[in-house]
Amino acid sequence: MNQKTSFISVEQQRYATWLSWGSRSGLAVLIVTFLGYVLSGLPARIPLDQMPAVWSLSTHDYLLKTGAPTGWHWLNLLGQGDFASLLGIAWLSGCSLLCLLAVIPIYAKRKDWVFVGLCVVALLVQLLAASGILTVGH
Amino acid sequence: MLAHAFSKLQNTGALLKANVMLLLLTLSLFTVGAFAAENLPTASTMPWWGWVIALFVTCFFLGIVAVPSGVGGGVLFVPIVGGFFPFHLDFVRGAGLLVALASALAAGPSLLRGGLADLRLALPMAVLASASSIAGAMIGLAIPAAIVQIALGLTILGIVTLMALAKKSEFPEVGEPDKLSSALAMNGIYHDAARNEKINWHVHRTPLGLLLFVGIGFLAGLFGMGAGWANVPVLNLLMGAPLKVSAGTSSFILTLVDSSAAWIYLNKGAVLAIIAVPSVIGMMMGATIGARLLHVLKASVVRKMVISLLLFAGVRALLKGLGIWV
Repeated sequence: MNQKTSFISVEQQRYATWLSWGSRSGLAVLIVTFLGYVLSGLPARIPLDQMPAVWSLSTHDYLLKTGAPTGWHWLNLLGQGDFASLLGIAWLSGCSLLCLLAVIPIYAKRKDWVFVGLCVVALLVQLLAASGILTVGH
Repeated sequence: MLAHAFSKLQNTGALLKANVMLLLLTLSLFTVGAFAAENLPTASTMPWWGWVIALFVTCFFLGIVAVPSGVGGGVLFVPIVGGFFPFHLDFVRGAGLLVALASALAAGPSLLRGGLADLRLALPMAVLASASSIAGAMIGLAIPAAIVQIALGLTILGIVTLMALAKKSEFPEVGEPDKLSSALAMNGIYHDAARNEKINWHVHRTPLGLLLFVGIGFLAGLFGMGAGWANVPVLNLLMGAPLKVSAGTSSFILTLVDSSAAWIYLNKGAVLAIIAVPSVIGMMMGATIGARLLHVLKASVVRKMVISLLLFAGVRALLKGLGIWV
């Protein structure tokens, strides 16, 4: 362990390792699925040449016009290029969940219950946001 | 001595060349933006790939200036793309969050390993800001776009004022740590490479800092912007964390805050891959170049140019929201 990292806590180093893997793999998935969408001609629910007609609409009008899914229903449409690309986006948005899970045992072993609690609350907030339970609309 | 003078002359030449290039880049962003706003109707005849390439190139240039100016890419992205591209503000904000998130995720691991981001300092702030960013995102998607545009314009003008007036303190004077920061052990040590020494730090005024992070998270979710412009002053000037720790921890906090808000946009259908992905890739590639130019560009010049660019984009957002310059 060199001088620079000797005072970095174990949990911080573990968080960094998981975050590094999560963000790199997420970025790779994002690029591969997007290239598949625009270059390989994967079928798309909304053809690329029709996108300029819908990207200026509000989300509400866009959903009405295209019938695009909300919540997690896009997972059923992974065979379509425009929704396959959302996989990388969801991956990047969710990679902090695993990092938080990874450091909880370290805090628990040290009986640092305040930070165990903070990690659990942070996880719950992320899960609540990801769940799709919270609905809004214009 | 002659070699030294020659090397100095070469460095000055490189510095001059880089700054002239940056000036041209900023001027072209202004010109293209104004031209696009004046001449491109919403239902443009430009094909989809033309817009995607224009978006990629814009984000690439924004990424270059974002690093030396010290502002996050998301802060530049939302007002500029929202003001000058034909995309609805809902999709621009969704993409803006992902731009800020991807940049923060890419930087996070090395900041944590170098001690410039601190998990104990970040987690309490991030929990509150994440929760409020969800509320901000929900409200932002529920109210009319014109109102969001007006609020965005006013906020950007506020950021411009903050950037122009706010001071920074590399190592703020901090007396005794407050009870809350002591209880949470919000302190640490990092190795400052420039000074080649270990710096011990602790913070104070934690309760007020936590309260402000609630507001910062709300704005991040509402406008789809990263919130480094607000995180850093709160951590550095209010709480007394060293500047480098403030900047690093601010970036790390965004990995949690922006992901919460991004989920709301994703679940609502407000993320279009065709807008978000080229923006993320363009901004990250530009930021890589920007980080390399950091040593040759004069940060104060870049900062002034970005302030001018933001001022223009802020006025544009405000006038667009008011229906004066649509």
